[in-house]
Amino acid sequence: MEKFQPAMMDLLRVRNDFPILEREVASGKPLVYLDSTATSQKPLSVIQSMDDYYRRTNANIHRGVHTLAEEATAAYENARERIAAFIGAKKAREVVYTRNTTESINLVAYTWGRKNLKAGDLVILTEMEHHSNLVPWHMLAAELGLRLEFIPVTGDGLLDLAAYRDLLTLSPRLVAFTQMSNVLGTINPAKEIIALAHQAGAVTLVDGAQSVPHLPVNVQDLNVDFLAFSAHKMLGPTGIGALYGKEALLDAMPPFLGGGDMIKKVHLRSFTPNDLPHKFEAGTPAIAEAIGFGAAIDYLNMLGMENVARHEHTIISYALEALNEVDGLNVFGPSAEKKGGVAAFTLPGVHPHDVAQILDSQGIAVRAGHHCAMPLHEKFNLPATTRASFYVYNTLEEVDLLVAGLHKVQEIFG
Amino acid sequence: MDDLYRQIIIERYKTPLYRGELDPHDISFEDENPLCGDHIRIDLRVDENGIVSEAAFNGHGCAISQASADLLLESVIGKPLEEVKALTKQDVLDNLGIELGPVRLKCALLPLKVLKAGVYGLGEAHDGLVED
Repeated sequence: MEKFQPAMMDLLRVRNDFPILEREVASGKPLVYLDSTATSQKPLSVIQSMDDYYRRTNANIHRGVHTLAEEATAAYENARERIAAFIGAKKAREVVYTRNTTESINLVAYTWGRKNLKAGDLVILTEMEHHSNLVPWHMLAAELGLRLEFIPVTGDGLLDLAAYRDLLTLSPRLVAFTQMSNVLGTINPAKEIIALAHQAGAVTLVDGAQSVPHLPVNVQDLNVDFLAFSAHKMLGPTGIGALYGKEALLDAMPPFLGGGDMIKKVHLRSFTPNDLPHKFEAGTPAIAEAIGFGAAIDYLNMLGMENVARHEHTIISYALEALNEVDGLNVFGPSAEKKGGVAAFTLPGVHPHDVAQILDSQGIAVRAGHHCAMPLHEKFNLPATTRASFYVYNTLEEVDLLVAGLHKVQEIFG
Repeated sequence: MDDLYRQIIIERYKTPLYRGELDPHDISFEDENPLCGDHIRIDLRVDENGIVSEAAFNGHGCAISQASADLLLESVIGKPLEEVKALTKQDVLDNLGIELGPVRLKCALLPLKVLKAGVYGLGEAHDGLVED
């Protein structure tokens, strides 16, 4: 595929690549999809890559000697190489396929965590984490007697880095944080947080579920130890994600799930684990989904991640201004310069579920609830917010439709 | 879908008739729907014949849950507790006069769940209380 000119994304062409955007919802109204932070839509190339795999190639991978098995294995491993290159990993063996970001973080907790942490050890998280980067550590803390501390979130939705520096004096073993909040949209200064953690002797894990789809992310530039992300939020299929880990760390970790493919040798009473990355990939994996993940990477490379980030910055800047003109509406999180394409807001006197329902009746898909970040909502004393989020296929006109929809909500609730 | 926000639902949400607390009360129970943060507390006064004489609710949440609570309490005042125990999902939907998808159904049924848990004197509410 030819690369886009860096000046402007060709929106019409991008939108034409997403078949779902042609459908209508709510009695003839075109779909306005503003829920990409939950999951993105898929371009035709991703859908076709998986369809082609099942039509032409389907076979189980590794060890098969027949043509289909060799082709399937090559496609599966080739996708891994493109994913590794996309995040700037030195080697493809540093990328482990998982089901999603959540499983990637659990993998680290249950293998690296169980082996390296003990009672009293400190793990630093933040108040803006998604439940996927909280609950695995709650569970491990209960099992091992770990101490958990949290970098506070300031009123304007940023991490309090002064408080973080204070926490670092307590000699943490691990600092695990999101690079981009799925509610506030805050883009955290990951490189700085990681460098400070390393100075304090801690290992670092970045939840990249939101950052990898929306920003250029390079693991060598960040010098991060572990990076977790999901395909389905970056134009790929559900059911597949990845864990990047530095080779030396992954090598020293015990296996995660046991079974086929993760072994070199098995005897009746013992086994020898396989080499990286297969050591962490027990059982028949999501082969078609891995291939679809690779196709999503190709699509994002074709757009260029700098262009993706710039496009979303244009939309969120416009959206924050437009939303500001809706009477009483309050958007959470920092200014457009410090956030990605996410606007979580409240409208006085109307519950977020009612907002979302009335927007749905106009064809506009937004999310309402706590967005798997209950502690963050508790911090701001909110049971729920309404969240509009943007991606490569969204337009400024769709922001206008959102604003018109919100006026309709206010009309109904008078 | 705008039918969901019939005039009566918006009215009862904005100006409920039975919002408040009863002190003293004979029955009180509260619960929430943690997924959306809807929270309902219901207080009842019951006379010597086992008939609901007064009812009030407090809480916060979406228009559906709050209007559902207000309409539910209106329907139980003057009813014997045995009849309150027999209320069903359909009674709630009849009160609201709308059909609901599975997610919003939970909003609509929360008040009945709270009411029944209170009337049955249960330690906690459960979904089985509002199944048909």
